[in-house]
Amino acid sequence: MTSPTFSRRELLRLGAAAGGGLLVALQLPVSARALMGAPVDAFVPNAFVRVARDGAVTVIVNKAEMGQGVLTSLCMQLAEELDADWSRVHGEFAPVDPVYAHPGYGIQMTGGSTSTLGMGEPMRRAGAAARAVLVDAAAMRWGVPASECSTAVGRVLHAASGRALDYGELVDDAATLPVPADVPLKDPARFTLVGKPTHRLDTPDKVAGRAVFGLDVDLPGMRVALVAHPPTFGGRAKSFDAGAALAIPGVERVFDVGSGVAVVADGFWAAKRGRDALVIEWDEGPNASLSSDELAARYLELARTPSDLVARRDGDAEAALASAHDTYTVEYELPYLAHAPMEPLNCVVDLRADAMELWIGTQFQTLDHAAAAATAGLPPDEVRLHSTFLGGGFGRRANPVSDYVVEAVKVAKGTGAPIKLMWTREDDTRGGYYRPMWTSRLRAGLDADGALVAWAHTIVGQSFIKGTPFEGFIIHDGIDGTSVEGAEDLPYAIPNVRVDLHTTDVAVPTLWWRSVGHSHTAFVVESFLDELAHASHRDPLALRRELLVGHDRHLGVLERAAQEAGWGTPPQPGHARGLAVHFSFESYVAMVFEVAAVDGRVRPVKVDVAVDCGRMVNPDTIRAQLEGAVGFGLTATLYSAITLKDGRVEQGNFHDYKLLRVHEMPEVRVHLVASDAPSTGIGEPGVPPVAPAFCNALFALTGRRVRRLPLRDEDLRA
Amino acid sequence: MTIHFTVNGRAVSVDGDPSRPLLWVLRETLQLTGTKFGCGAAQCGACTVHVDGRARRSCVLPVLSLEGTAVTTIEGLAGEVGDALVRAWTELDVPQCGWCQTGQIMSAAALLSERREPSDAEIDVGMSGNACRCATYVRIRKAIHRASALLKGGAR
Amino acid sequence: MIPAPKILVRVTAALLVLGVTAFVAACASSSGDAPARDTPRLSASAAWDVIYDVLQSPRCLNCHPAGDTPLVGDESLPHPQNVRRGPNGSGVFGMRCDTCHQDRNLSDAHLPPGAPNWHLPHPALPLIFEGRDKSALCEQLRDPARNGRKSPAQLAEHMLHDPLVLWGWDPGPGRAAVPIPREVFDAAVEDWVAGDCGCPDDDG
Repeated sequence: MTSPTFSRRELLRLGAAAGGGLLVALQLPVSARALMGAPVDAFVPNAFVRVARDGAVTVIVNKAEMGQGVLTSLCMQLAEELDADWSRVHGEFAPVDPVYAHPGYGIQMTGGSTSTLGMGEPMRRAGAAARAVLVDAAAMRWGVPASECSTAVGRVLHAASGRALDYGELVDDAATLPVPADVPLKDPARFTLVGKPTHRLDTPDKVAGRAVFGLDVDLPGMRVALVAHPPTFGGRAKSFDAGAALAIPGVERVFDVGSGVAVVADGFWAAKRGRDALVIEWDEGPNASLSSDELAARYLELARTPSDLVARRDGDAEAALASAHDTYTVEYELPYLAHAPMEPLNCVVDLRADAMELWIGTQFQTLDHAAAAATAGLPPDEVRLHSTFLGGGFGRRANPVSDYVVEAVKVAKGTGAPIKLMWTREDDTRGGYYRPMWTSRLRAGLDADGALVAWAHTIVGQSFIKGTPFEGFIIHDGIDGTSVEGAEDLPYAIPNVRVDLHTTDVAVPTLWWRSVGHSHTAFVVESFLDELAHASHRDPLALRRELLVGHDRHLGVLERAAQEAGWGTPPQPGHARGLAVHFSFESYVAMVFEVAAVDGRVRPVKVDVAVDCGRMVNPDTIRAQLEGAVGFGLTATLYSAITLKDGRVEQGNFHDYKLLRVHEMPEVRVHLVASDAPSTGIGEPGVPPVAPAFCNALFALTGRRVRRLPLRDEDLRA
Repeated sequence: MTIHFTVNGRAVSVDGDPSRPLLWVLRETLQLTGTKFGCGAAQCGACTVHVDGRARRSCVLPVLSLEGTAVTTIEGLAGEVGDALVRAWTELDVPQCGWCQTGQIMSAAALLSERREPSDAEIDVGMSGNACRCATYVRIRKAIHRASALLKGGAR
Repeated sequence: MIPAPKILVRVTAALLVLGVTAFVAACASSSGDAPARDTPRLSASAAWDVIYDVLQSPRCLNCHPAGDTPLVGDESLPHPQNVRRGPNGSGVFGMRCDTCHQDRNLSDAHLPPGAPNWHLPHPALPLIFEGRDKSALCEQLRDPARNGRKSPAQLAEHMLHDPLVLWGWDPGPGRAAVPIPREVFDAAVEDWVAGDCGCPDDDG
């Protein structure tokens, strides 16, 4: 999911001003303060760190760990300034509290690849403040000036006397001392941890099967609930016969929860069999004739008329097109996509008369917490939300309407015992909140010398921001920033540019999906530029070089990827290369994809990825995110589409919403471009360039231009 | 109808619906939640366990088929192959979200038990029943080669 | 997808063309000891036509592929899990047929189909159906060197009673059954064996 670019830039500015995080870091959470009456056996200088008497350092992480490595990278940044013993550091997920809010959005959430950008400095400040107090405590104990003390690996040292104390030995003293308001941060040149490849803190538990995800939570007396959802968006149960379901041993209750009919049982299998046995008469509602084919036709028609909502206007694209020597017009189509996290959606609720606890792997603590409290009719203070690991998020676990959380609380209200709401894979695939379907129409004009003089881009698709609390942040002058990001900030030097948007109103629920708007715009922009290079008989790299004047960081990654891939040297016979470069989430990624004809099919063989995401926190995580992004992007390129017929989603499980498998995964070589710029996003920026780089390589190999995703069988013939 | 088998060496008796898949016995009855639910259709492999030493997808394996068998889950994975895999997976930080990884490791154990030094093509066969949405395949492949080297004793 | 109607048309045509012969054959054998049966006797060649159409249905063909990878679904696409035949037809490298397939079908569509001993033919005797025309498949099936040293009676036993073959008529939800009734197939097998496993080229 995303924040709009302007807000990320705001974060960058806040970071530069060096005060934004400070206020955040040095308050204790409301919930922790409530616990402060009890005697402490730890030093708790602020909301983000706790040092125990045995020297163990607990870092409180306010972000969702969904694979992107944030648990480790935020701990690293705090531990760096604390000079902690890294082997004694572990992370803990934060409770819901305003002190843990996203510094840009003011709510506790994870998304937009903003965690490092937004929380890196606050974590460093929290660590530095804790360190300063521990130094003061040691200096007092020794009766020496604090300025004579230093710290390293979880100890305060006094070099002059050769004395040293472990942080754990200073906990009780430190707990009585004031925490300084402002402490200078380390010069990055002195970093010993940040910037070095570091093992993830969550690996051992994940490998052993000990890590607790939402679906792993168990409570005494807990029941399992499945909900039979209507077959159409906006449908409702008109009536149902629960007899056969209730006859199944283990099935306890069947009732309408609005979003469908809930079946509560003593376990998953009974709940599933009960749900299978339910006889429901649906009121299919107003969307029972929705068809993605018809939508696609409607979108194409819309795209053929530029919209008055103009996101970018440089010069006069229409006039330049009219006077151009050559013009090109193309149409690109992309489908709805499901996020398909490996851990199906779920939520555990323990609702009592006057209080409630929830366990969820969520990207949206504040909103889920508020929605759960409102649904239960409880004051928010009486509701505790426990964050677990997320078995994948990709934006699906950041829903402004908290769909499955609200459903879970409704089920709990009707049950009278703790419940675990589970969505099956089919529920998830068919349950909506998809990456929107997108259609783009692009026109370009070249002058007599082949120079690109005009670029007009009309985008058609739904807004998932409209009507949410994010509207004020993201929609400006009627234009949803997430619809046009990656297109309106076209980096290429073209004198006449117009990017406009038709926002459609369709009943299919949509949502941000890893890399958000960039997931469609990068494909369209980078493919069309490739088309223009070939049309004007220029090398795709040479054309980009020419048009990226002044965009040094774009050029930096582009040149690196090209060089590493051997661009310009002939590929092996039967192989071909394609490239793409894209800026998203304040980071720059270029890819050179190599494909080959194998047994008459085009296969992905190798990708050279170059990335510039500013100063690196954990280089190994950056590599991992890009390796994974290649597979994630390739899945969408080759396989993924959610289609609708008669209002029904046609896909259900991984047999028809396929994931890339190991035998289809290309070799990935990640090249890290060093930078002193602020640390920026890495969870999402690897995804956008995959589809265009692959399809550009496909074109180089076969001469076949693909303008519709996912690829069809015939597109891949070689 | 009571079905008797062992899980990680411990005797287990299961009553009730004989069509109930093993996965739910593990996760709900025995609280062995290291075995994961991903699809319920043997499509993703997150639920992979060993039955009498062979990899099986527990989400489609009815308990009635288990009479007299020995089930091993990630919690009970032991021996040199298991140790090598856990070490390799940890050294290479294979997991991202982590949901599918225990199933990946159980499949990798079945592969290595049969083939100590699998080639890339053999890994492609042995591991393609396990899907990973984070697409950690690059490291899964590396980790299997690494575990193989550890088993061979040729590890650095 | 292999359109079922087309297969039915072919079978029907074969039965019509050979109806006369079948009737004659049925009459000729009616004086023997065999109990009378309702289905008319077919010549070996006519019987083979029926058997061939059964063997070419996705339910049979998918596990008798030309390559090393089984096929799946009514469309006979390569098994998406990159499955291989392996050293004895049961898969390899930890990915065995029974990793996913049970000894029975499961309740929902899109779950792995199952029958006892779910497997592919042994690699030494791959018994390929995919891409084999009527004549070639017939020759292959009756040749002991290529059919697993099976006598005609043993061939008949496999086709009439092996649960894996019978599964073709009970393939579970979401899959088309073999489009020829089992009793028609069974009779054809008997007749083909009774006719010394005659093949289309025998006359030429």
